[in-house]
Amino acid sequence: MNAESNLDAADRALINHLQGGFPIVEEPFAEVAKHLDMDEEEVTRRLSDLLARGVLTRFGPMYHAERLGGGLTLAAMKVPDDDFDAVAEAVNAQPEVAHNYARDHAFNMWFVIATETPERIAGVIAEIETATGLTVHDMPKRREFFVGLRFEA
Amino acid sequence: MNATPLDAMDRRIVVATQGGLELVSRPYAAVARHVGIPEAEVIKRLKRMLADGVIRRIGAVPNHYALGYRANAMTVWDVADERIEALGTKVGALDFVSHCYHRPRHLPEWPYNLFAMVHGRDRPVVERHIDALTRLLGMDALGHQVLYSTRILKKTGLRLVA
Repeated sequence: MNAESNLDAADRALINHLQGGFPIVEEPFAEVAKHLDMDEEEVTRRLSDLLARGVLTRFGPMYHAERLGGGLTLAAMKVPDDDFDAVAEAVNAQPEVAHNYARDHAFNMWFVIATETPERIAGVIAEIETATGLTVHDMPKRREFFVGLRFEA
Repeated sequence: MNATPLDAMDRRIVVATQGGLELVSRPYAAVARHVGIPEAEVIKRLKRMLADGVIRRIGAVPNHYALGYRANAMTVWDVADERIEALGTKVGALDFVSHCYHRPRHLPEWPYNLFAMVHGRDRPVVERHIDALTRLLGMDALGHQVLYSTRILKKTGLRLVA
């Protein structure tokens, strides 16, 4: 992806500023504009462009899954290399699997399960185990020390 | 935390905003029209959900690959359970760590209980960060491993069904 090289100083300032708190006031973009010494129209135009180019994946409230009453866990599997793509397909077919990453380790498939209710997590895990014949290692968080994305643009 | 339970209108606001805010001068007025309550009421509810931690923050989510952060490692550490609170707090405060959690071990194969995601522009940068982590944890780390992501197999994000 070459989007990075096409960011000018104003884009970078905007990205860095908007990773913090966006104001909850009637005219929030005007407030951001004032802070960055731009006009409001420039802020929304640049944001729209950054979203269209995929530099930003979304803009809005980030919700905390468990506090919405849902279930969330990280799960890991050891998948034989020859079966990897078929297993990935079976795991991804579950709508409640939100993210899935291949990693270079014996535990080579890591995915996040997000459900409407905490009780449903066990059901999704059982369905994946039945579909793949593999053990799913459930690693729900016991404690969160930090979650934040602070990527300097 | 004594969070106020979400009512039906809160959930309508969640569903209306989880895909993103409209890029208009008064985005909360746009949400208000969508869910059928006054703008001031949307603002009040969003402020409450933010204060209660139901909303982590409002803002932009960067695609870290597009910003040049191409090396992303999940580092996992085996530390004594009675030390994890102090150590996790220190690790989570580092500016190159985006997520830090205590998770259960799966013995005997998986002795690691402290997870820290480390991001950098390339692997040498990430390796320097991991060296810093190794020094920080010192003798408290009984073992660790680094798992680089090699492929994104799925990424749809969380979605609450209306």
